[in-house]
Amino acid sequence: MFGFLTLRRGRDRLDMTDWIAFGFLGFGVVLMLGPVLWLALSSFKTEAALQEYPPKLLPLAPQFVEVEGFETALQRFRVVAGEHAGRELAQVRRVGLNAQMIDPANPDERLNVHINDREPVRAVRIASENYTGLFTRFNFLLYFWNSTFITVAATILTVLFNSMAAFALAKYRFTGRTAVFLLIIATLMIPPTVTLVPLFLVVSQMGLINSPWAVIWPAIATPTGVFLLRQYMLTIPDDLLDAARMDNASEWRVYWKIVLPLSAPALAVLIIFSVMWRWNEFLWPLIVLNRSEVFTLQLALNSFQGELQTAWSSLLAMTVLTLLPITLVFAFLQKFITQGIAQSGVK
Amino acid sequence: MAEVELRGIVKEYGAVRVVHGVDLTIEDGTFCVFVGPSGCGKSTLLRMIAGLEDISGGDLLIGGERVNDQRAAERGLAMVFQTYALYPHMSVRQNLAFGLENIRMPKSEIAARVDEAARMLKLEPYLDRKPRALSGGQRQRVAIGRAVVREPKVFLFDEPLSNLDAELRVSMRGEIAALHRRVGNTMIYVTHDQVEAMTMADKIVVLRDGRIEQAGAPIDLYNRPVNTFVAGFIGSPRMNFLPCKVTGHDADGLTLQDAQGRPLRAAVDGRTVGEGDTVELGIRPEHMHPDPEGYPVQVENVEQLGGESYLYVRTETGVALTAHLSGQTGLARGGRAFLAIRPEFAHVFRKDGTALPRLRLGELEGDTRT
Amino acid sequence: MAAIVRALYEGAFNLFEKPMQMLQYSLGAHRMAWVFLLPNLLIFGLFTYLPILLNVWYAGTSGDRILLGERDWTGAANFATLLDCGSYLDPNTCRRDLFWRAVHNTGWFVVLQVGFMILLSLIAALILNRNIPLKGFFRAVFFYPVLLSPVVVALIWKWILQRNGVLNAGLDWAGMPTVNWLLDPSWAFFWIVFVSIWANMGFYVLILLAGLQSIPSDVYEAAEMDGTPAWRSLLRITLPLLTPTLLVVMVLSLIRAVQAFDEIYVLTGGGPGSATTLLIQYIYDVGFATRPRQFGLAAAASLLMAGVLLVLTLLQLAATRKRAEDG
Repeated sequence: MFGFLTLRRGRDRLDMTDWIAFGFLGFGVVLMLGPVLWLALSSFKTEAALQEYPPKLLPLAPQFVEVEGFETALQRFRVVAGEHAGRELAQVRRVGLNAQMIDPANPDERLNVHINDREPVRAVRIASENYTGLFTRFNFLLYFWNSTFITVAATILTVLFNSMAAFALAKYRFTGRTAVFLLIIATLMIPPTVTLVPLFLVVSQMGLINSPWAVIWPAIATPTGVFLLRQYMLTIPDDLLDAARMDNASEWRVYWKIVLPLSAPALAVLIIFSVMWRWNEFLWPLIVLNRSEVFTLQLALNSFQGELQTAWSSLLAMTVLTLLPITLVFAFLQKFITQGIAQSGVK
Repeated sequence: MAEVELRGIVKEYGAVRVVHGVDLTIEDGTFCVFVGPSGCGKSTLLRMIAGLEDISGGDLLIGGERVNDQRAAERGLAMVFQTYALYPHMSVRQNLAFGLENIRMPKSEIAARVDEAARMLKLEPYLDRKPRALSGGQRQRVAIGRAVVREPKVFLFDEPLSNLDAELRVSMRGEIAALHRRVGNTMIYVTHDQVEAMTMADKIVVLRDGRIEQAGAPIDLYNRPVNTFVAGFIGSPRMNFLPCKVTGHDADGLTLQDAQGRPLRAAVDGRTVGEGDTVELGIRPEHMHPDPEGYPVQVENVEQLGGESYLYVRTETGVALTAHLSGQTGLARGGRAFLAIRPEFAHVFRKDGTALPRLRLGELEGDTRT
Repeated sequence: MAAIVRALYEGAFNLFEKPMQMLQYSLGAHRMAWVFLLPNLLIFGLFTYLPILLNVWYAGTSGDRILLGERDWTGAANFATLLDCGSYLDPNTCRRDLFWRAVHNTGWFVVLQVGFMILLSLIAALILNRNIPLKGFFRAVFFYPVLLSPVVVALIWKWILQRNGVLNAGLDWAGMPTVNWLLDPSWAFFWIVFVSIWANMGFYVLILLAGLQSIPSDVYEAAEMDGTPAWRSLLRITLPLLTPTLLVVMVLSLIRAVQAFDEIYVLTGGGPGSATTLLIQYIYDVGFATRPRQFGLAAAASLLMAGVLLVLTLLQLAATRKRAEDG
């Protein structure tokens, strides 16, 4: 019975245990991807379609038809019961429980249909206005820029500072090296959530409240990054550095032209981590960024969903645009990311 | 072009002294080989000359100038590393050019030097490849080329051939020797392989435990090892040692007796030892050959290589000896044999390991084989 | 694109080369280590070490002023307030009942979230370790939510769980009663546990999978030659060999669970009432969200939490060391 949990060796035939395994995985795929797909699908629906209950799978919109003699287009219905069952008509107006309808082919004849006997004719229509509206009615681009700026600036500085420190710790012998290394690693034990209050004091005394740098500076010295890079740099042979020194390279040149390029795989992992951390960060920005013009995307989403009248159509579109960059990065670098994380054991 | 002089060079790691006051002069244009077992300090010494390790004490002079406090790059040296230390992310051309770019040499001159080195080392077809796409021998040549383009005062080699297979090693040995003939610079070469030392060096420096045991021309070290360590280290297979007692000496040398009381003669100056002293008689495998009048031994193993043969034998007192004979032999495993130990080939070492001066070396030059 | 990156890389090199060279000449090559360390250490000092020290100070003061000089020293009063309880098992008897409710919620959250998450991750990892087709795809799918921001995760589920959401529609269709998921205290708690497992599980699947893959396959082959039944090889070979990795995963997830905040805050806001208020949210509420801001209380609460985390981290170090020794 537990066979599906054990290693299957490369046999040709699929047996019972394989089907159980596939069943579990299939369920997992639906559970993991389903919600995201549902969100993406919903983001293309009009506000009216979003309010509809029970919800339809596809973004459907009512269809209209131009009829001679009417100034506005008329909505199309299919009659499902009663006298005119099977015909497709256009509705002129609704009177109580009855709808006055006409056949677009024969606009002079008025027909009366009970409203429960007709169904709107609908077709798939992508509500792209949900997305375009983000740019015209909401400051989406501003939030996007704020998030991008913080992510890019913090990532560059993180990679630079952490790799410099890692280089010193991996490739120099000096008194106090072990102490410094332990001091840095010890900060792994002190998650930023523990020092919120005093950190707020430091940042506010530096006059950084409501500046993107309030998010960037405290984030860039990561013990994880230093550790990750140091471990990688230890594998670069010292001979290579000595050869460069014999080749007249200054220490800075050794670092920049030899050690950094050779650490590229570890740097890439750190870049991905850093982008993920900064793009997704929430609590600290929530504390130090209080004005909407400095909001990151995450903050904008949060404040938006907290409003009394949530306009789901815009909110969903904004959510999709927020998860899109990370999704694209993942789609292209999937193997690399999963390997990097499995090897380094950090998130 | 420069002379390298070491005066009382000392290296300490904390309280541990690993190089104990080395004095050495390497004349301009010399190919000097540091040889010794691993851990003898030869690489440390080389790295101190290179400027990659701090010098704890003593003076290092290159071209008559004290360079202790100069950085590696300022000393005008180039080094070939055991691991080659090629920059894996750069093409061969970039590897060769890196050091020249660092001193902001004009591009045209860099190109000229790189092309010349590539031609000399037959690297032209590979200039745009990355090191990982090269064979071991090609990588080795790039590493040498990287030193050549710098036109250094002194070339340093740190066991450069130890990662190559035997055949390649022989041919690279020839190439490095040819390079030395062509450029004529001082070269310092570290190896643990005494064959490399013997074949390439103008001057061999044998090191042990951070001290120089002996320095000199290869053939001198072979003929006049100053102690049992050098005697055992230089020459392959290693020298045989037979414990003996001094029974008398005259103008022609010493009379000795092995543990069984069998008499032996050695043409050495025996004035500094007295009768009854314990000494060791040394005889190289290639200097023993079958002789009905010789020393009786038991044959334990025979290796016939066709053109030469090795006899592994044991004396009656249980001492294992090796004999290297030219040509083929009729001796068989398990049989008895008699090996000549001629006085003019014998070395004698005092109890403390130091050698007695040999007397009849002049007769043997050019005729060490019988 | 690549040319631009290369040009920027060269530019940055040239920008720093001269000053760094000057430093090297004046300090000597071996002191350059400190030059390379300096930026990182400055940031650490200012934004990590200094706050740690200040936190202790804050915990001993009261008032709503942020500047330490303007705050009143009250000693251990903040801790006394937080710890003043009739019975620690009943938050209603505590002076700071909300704090203790948050502690209780966090406790339950940690136990349930970590327990179920490890179980599910283990099953998924065991299955993904088989030689099945599409392995890479399944692994990627399980991992994908890990990358999503907590706010996005919360909104994805909020959209599904809302009263007219697709989940209720499904129940309706199946003829079952609908529930207002996030307004019912028990269900809301269930969903924060569920969503947090959903969002984090992939990470642990990955770690466990790496652990499983480091078990040599000849061990299983030997077991198969011995005729070992599948369940027995799972219990007697796989799990014992995976124990060190499991330990690491457990401690890591414990540390994270204690600090859970983001997705829960956006999903439920801690409600209904205080049914899903966890520790970090309490600290945030007390220190930043409600006025007057009680920095002292927030600092004291975070120190108490830091104590718990310290114990968990030491456990992690021990577990990591064990793994390193075993590996």
